[in-house]
Amino acid sequence: MTVAVGDTLPELVVEVTPTFVVSTAIATRDYQDVHHDRDAAVARGSKDIFLNILTDTGLVQRFVTDWAGPNALVRGIAIRLGVPCYANETLTFSGQVSEREGSLVVVNVVGRNSIGDHVTGTVRVELP
Amino acid sequence: MIREVADEVIARGESSRRAAPDPVNVPMVRHWVEALGDSNPVYTDPVAAAESVHGGLVAPPAMAQVWTMFGLRGTRPADDPLGAMVSVLDEAGFTSVVATNCEQTYHRYLRPGDEVTVGARLTEVVGPKRTALGEGWFVTTVSTWYVGDEPVAEMLFRVLKFRPPVEEPVGEVLRPVVSLDTEFFWAGTRRGELRIQKCVACGEVRHPPGPMCAACGSTELTYVVAQGVGEVYSFVVHHHPPMPGKRLPFVVALVELAEGVRLLAELIDADSADVRVGLPVRVDFQRIDDELTLPVWRVRS
Repeated sequence: MTVAVGDTLPELVVEVTPTFVVSTAIATRDYQDVHHDRDAAVARGSKDIFLNILTDTGLVQRFVTDWAGPNALVRGIAIRLGVPCYANETLTFSGQVSEREGSLVVVNVVGRNSIGDHVTGTVRVELP
Repeated sequence: MIREVADEVIARGESSRRAAPDPVNVPMVRHWVEALGDSNPVYTDPVAAAESVHGGLVAPPAMAQVWTMFGLRGTRPADDPLGAMVSVLDEAGFTSVVATNCEQTYHRYLRPGDEVTVGARLTEVVGPKRTALGEGWFVTTVSTWYVGDEPVAEMLFRVLKFRPPVEEPVGEVLRPVVSLDTEFFWAGTRRGELRIQKCVACGEVRHPPGPMCAACGSTELTYVVAQGVGEVYSFVVHHHPPMPGKRLPFVVALVELAEGVRLLAELIDADSADVRVGLPVRVDFQRIDDELTLPVWRVRS
């Protein structure tokens, strides 16, 4: 694929239903109550159950490989967490190629919801 | 105390390696891609995977950490470096936690059958820092995943362990009784001055102020403005009962000032475990409202 610095990736919109929060937490073997028990999450000062970090890393990876294709090799994912992503949010990922060196590119990624930037980061990926 | 534990744990280096409960396997990958909605065929479609750059099924790189998660009944091993820091920070009142950074590097894709182990080391503990969430410490660990002795993935993970701030509504603190004898003192704090009563007749300084000089009996009294520096003479750490407008625990310190008198106030911005007799402090002022400003102590470096 021909890729240049500045290229934007197709947006990825994820409906963060309670089922999504719970099923991704369990699929990442994260049993912390704030990811599946609303009463516990509220008692700990959160508005609702919220996405776990392992899922954020996975979604950022998915966002980039959906664009880069099955023959791309993901070499690294670095994320910084911002506002929480509670159940019933919509999370929209956008991204742009920020560096390119041979087949290795760096993609800047932002995942936003209704209260702000939930996750920002970079993915290093080797393109086919 | 926090610093000492951190230095000790950092010096320990990498923990002993802990094995994943299961080898890398397709059923767990399938649950993961189904939950996340990832349709990349190299994870679950053997035919497509065989034709791909991988030549066979692989696990999503972002699942690296999943293989060694503790699970529902798991417990942290005794030498887990993050566990050690969490304990000491919990004890110091930094009871809340939020992850701030996660940086993963993948050296190769894992394949079904790979038996993964993980070792972790503490690399950095920074604090206390004022953050939007409250005062806290940033704790950074680096985990390395291995297959045999081959490192396959690394993760830098940073959390903020913080003390959730208690709302301190204006006017809800316990207010001092202001009398004719003490009015000058509170007028001083409002202006950022620490005023110490002084006898006009004999020059004796005293605190707390009173209507008559304890040394010579004179009632002609004035004040001097203290430099505001001193050392902790004695202190208590107040754990209970809760006090209006205060977060627990807090430190009340009796400080011997350079002027020779001792004065009680809250010592703020100090880890209660680090307070000691002789600790150098300086005065600062905490404005509550138009009428009341409280003197407080801060650690003098």
